[in-house]
Amino acid sequence: MRNPQLNKHGELQHLLSLDGLPLSILGAILDIAAPFTEVAEREIKKLPLLRGKSVFNLFFENSTRTRTTFEIAAKRLSADVINLNVSTSSTKKGETLLDTIDNLCAMQADMFVVRHESSGAPYLIADHLHATGRDHIHVINAGDGRHAHPTQGLLDMYTIRHFKKEFHNLIVVVVGDVLHSRVARSQLAALTTLGVPEVRVVGPRTLLPTEVERMGVRVCHDMNEGLRGADVVMMLRLQNERMNGALLPSPQEYFKVWGLTPEKLALAKADAIVLHPGPMNRGVEIDSTVADGGQAVILPQVTFGIAVRMAVMSMLAGN
Amino acid sequence: MPIELPNAETLLARMVEQIRPDLSERTALVGIHTGGAWLARRLHRQLGIKAPLGTIDVSFYRDDYGSRGLHPRPKRSDIPFDVESADIIIVDDVLYTGRTTRAALNELFDYGRPGRVDLAVMCDRHGRELPIGARYCAFTLPQPLPASRTLRLSRDATGTLSLRLIDA
Repeated sequence: MRNPQLNKHGELQHLLSLDGLPLSILGAILDIAAPFTEVAEREIKKLPLLRGKSVFNLFFENSTRTRTTFEIAAKRLSADVINLNVSTSSTKKGETLLDTIDNLCAMQADMFVVRHESSGAPYLIADHLHATGRDHIHVINAGDGRHAHPTQGLLDMYTIRHFKKEFHNLIVVVVGDVLHSRVARSQLAALTTLGVPEVRVVGPRTLLPTEVERMGVRVCHDMNEGLRGADVVMMLRLQNERMNGALLPSPQEYFKVWGLTPEKLALAKADAIVLHPGPMNRGVEIDSTVADGGQAVILPQVTFGIAVRMAVMSMLAGN
Repeated sequence: MPIELPNAETLLARMVEQIRPDLSERTALVGIHTGGAWLARRLHRQLGIKAPLGTIDVSFYRDDYGSRGLHPRPKRSDIPFDVESADIIIVDDVLYTGRTTRAALNELFDYGRPGRVDLAVMCDRHGRELPIGARYCAFTLPQPLPASRTLRLSRDATGTLSLRLIDA
């Protein structure tokens, strides 16, 4: 079967998910991202790689950080960036997703950065582009439903590698609302591909997907047990907006049991790092002392996110 | 016909002597990865240049990115001195089409406006496709090399440099 992310030469054509992405490509993205971090320190923070290319940011769902970092990444690569806030425009008037895409293709789009509340929407676009003979146009998934958020997963891996150097000797813990989290799915896929020997997921039963063990992870319903001896603690955001019904008693109750406090973090290794994809709910999944403390690498994650997105865009545009 | 390549260490010594009379307080070296960076490191030490050594990887500035894609393992560029008004010598191992030098110039100017830029190469193999010439050049091949052959600087475990011809 054709891997929709790869072209006929086995090169990255679209970035849709980290699940099913070969280690060689995952590693190449992380390697290529490293020199891009240096561009931010220059007088002129621009590279000519995407000069003359049009990148369309298609956000069918709200986002500030992801959209902004994609926009900065594309602009630092000299692309023309067009932001479409689709949730307030043509789809409201009844246009279908693929009609929107066809119209943007008619405006000579070279790349789509897509966020959509429906899982699989970026796949639908990639298939449509292939079926209509427009393989020169690339798609980047910037988050689809509960399914995947590959650039977030990549920037998390970049951050881990930056601080821990290697993956093969780590204990990595993912804490929180795994059920609703596309970030967690991308993280787990990447951690497994990169050969992290022990990945634990920690959270209340109601917020862990059934059969999560099949992803090759250890499940802990006790936070203390989950954190013990960890090198990397990846906190997830409690996704209030995705929750229907009573999966949780209250945010305060949640914090008491699952919030990352300095006392709980002390169970992890002394040099453990703490990640969070943002936006943070302080006092819900993470205590402010931890979020602002010396072990948090949350702001470096944002900075690395730009370099990782530059790497993905320049790889795609060159293939 | 086999081509006799001169000893790279002898050529390096020649480059040192060519550059030395022109040194000033403002001189800085920038080596192009990978061979040019090796050369620049040696020149930097032997010429006793005060400004820290710079290195650049021109992968992000290449004009064949559109047709050949991104280099799979680009290195980090590092210009640890103030480019503004500096007298910069770009160092590379082999001068061929001039496209690498063009890319290096473009990259350099994204760090600031140098006072002057010169080019120093160990070997000129002919075949220029751009109006670029080296102010310092230790050796020019008597005949242009066919495009199928690559001339490259190598470095062994002891750090000794040598020129190699590779057939595609």
